[in-house]
Amino acid sequence: MCLGVVGQIAAIEGLVATVDFWGTRKKVRLDIVDEPVQVGDYILNHVGFAIRRIPHEEVEETLAFYEELLGASDLLARDLRAELATSDPGG
Amino acid sequence: MDATPRARLPAAPDDEAKKLRFRDPQRARTLTRRLEQLCDAAGRPVSVMHVCGSHEQAIARFGLRSILPPRLNVIMGPGCPVCVTDLPEVDEAIVIAQQGAVVATYGDMLRVPGTVQSLAEAQAEGADVRVVYSPADAVALARQTDRQVVFFATGFETTAVASAAVILAAPPANFSVLSAHKYIPPAMEIVAEMPDTQVEGFLAAGNAATITGWRIFERFVERHGLPVVVGGFEPLDILAALVKLVELVGAGEARVVNAYRRCCTAEGNVPAQRMLWKVFRTMGGQWRGIAHIPNSNIRLRDEYAWVDARKRFDIDLTGLWQSAGPSLVQRCICGNIMAGIARPADCDLFGKECTPETPVGACMVSSEGTCKIWHEYGGFPAVSFAPRPADAQRVGNG
Ligand code: SF4
Repeated sequence: MCLGVVGQIAAIEGLVATVDFWGTRKKVRLDIVDEPVQVGDYILNHVGFAIRRIPHEEVEETLAFYEELLGASDLLARDLRAELATSDPGG
Repeated sequence: MDATPRARLPAAPDDEAKKLRFRDPQRARTLTRRLEQLCDAAGRPVSVMHVCGSHEQAIARFGLRSILPPRLNVIMGPGCPVCVTDLPEVDEAIVIAQQGAVVATYGDMLRVPGTVQSLAEAQAEGADVRVVYSPADAVALARQTDRQVVFFATGFETTAVASAAVILAAPPANFSVLSAHKYIPPAMEIVAEMPDTQVEGFLAAGNAATITGWRIFERFVERHGLPVVVGGFEPLDILAALVKLVELVGAGEARVVNAYRRCCTAEGNVPAQRMLWKVFRTMGGQWRGIAHIPNSNIRLRDEYAWVDARKRFDIDLTGLWQSAGPSLVQRCICGNIMAGIARPADCDLFGKECTPETPVGACMVSSEGTCKIWHEYGGFPAVSFAPRPADAQRVGNG
C-alpha cells in the first residue's frame, strides 16, 4: 500500500537496517532512501525498503498519526498491522 | 521528540474510527467552511480526482465525504495498482507457474482474477505460488533453491524502485522479474482526456511524489490545463489539499501546488529515479478495464533482458485462453469506476455476487480498491467532530 509504515532504526549493517516498528524488529533495505540515515532516525518503509527519512521535527506528529490509524480495527488498521506482521525482507 | 521506540501498539474500540478525530477540530471546521464557500462561489458541481488507494482509505475511514460540500465530488481514479493489473498480465504469471517455476508476488495479487483463473486458483491446482512482502524476499527465496524463481512485480513507481534496487544488487541467476509495474502520470492524462469524466483537478499522492518530485506534474498541467495538488494522508492534509485544489479550479488557475511540503520536494528522490530508469523504461499498455495507455507500463530495458521473465520463458497464452468460459468478470465495471464515470453502487454485482469474500473484480480484492473500501466502510458513515484525548494539551498545528 502506498502509505508505508514508519519505524526507528536500531542498527545498520551496510545497506540493511534493523528497524523497530512498535516493538517488532525487521530488516529494511537502505538502497533507495532519500538521505543518509543513522541509528535513531525514523524512516518510512515501503515493501521492505526505506524510501524516506522522517525529519526530526515531524517524527512526533507522524507517529501520532500512525498510532491513531493503528488504534482501530478497520481496513486501514488491518493493512498496517499486516505490514508489521510480515516477515523480514532478505538482508 | 521521543527518541525511544514505542513498545506497544495502541488499542481502541472499533467505533472510534467513525469519529472524525482531527488533530485540530477547529481547523478542520475552518477548512470545510472554506470548501463550502468555494463551491458556492463556483455555483456548480466541482469534480476532482485523487489517484491513490491510501487517500481513498483515509477519506472513507475518516468519513470525509460526509462533511464535504454536496457539490464537491471527490472521485478515486486509477490509484490502485492491483486493480489496474491487466488480465493477460495475471495470465502470464499463471503460465510461468504452470511451467514449474516458483512465482513470488505480493499478497494482494493472489486472488486477482485473470482471464481464466487467479493465481490462488492456479496454486490450488498445484502451481507453486508464494506470497512475499518485498522483492528482497523473492531474491532470498531464489538463493535457497535451484529452481527458477519469478517475481511477479506489480505496483506504481514507488514499488518499481524497489524492484530496480534488487535487480541492481546482483540477484542469483535463477531469479527473474515479470514486470507489471505501472506509471501513474500517463494514466492521469488519459483520464483527463476522457469526455465523460469531467475531472477539473487532481489530488496527487504524497508518497509517490516523494520519489518523483512534484515537478513531474508540470508537463501534465501545461498539456491539460488542469491543476494538480500534492497532498498527504492525514484528514487535515487531505482537507487542506482539497481547499487548495478547489481554489485553483475556481480561479481557473492551472498549476502544481505542493501541499505536502514535509514529504515532497520539487525534484524528489533523484538517486531512486536514476535506479528506476536505469533498469526500466516505459511503453504503452492496457490498464484493466480502462484503456490502452501510452508510456504507462514500466518494463525492463533490453540491457536487463537477462533478468526478464518474458525473455527467459516461452509465454504462450493461447492454450490458457482456449479454456476460458463466460465469467462474471465481464460484468465488472471497475474500469468505469476508476475513470470516474461510475460508482461501486452502480455495479449490480456490488455487495451481492461480488463481496470481499467472493470478489469478482480486482477492485473488490485489493484493500486499495474502491469497491473493497466502499464495501468495508459502507459508503457515507455518520460522523461528528470529536477531539482526540491528546488534543487537550496539543496546540493546533500549522
Ligand atoms: S462490485 Fe465487483 S464486479 Fe462490480 S465493479 Fe466492483 S469489483 Fe467489479
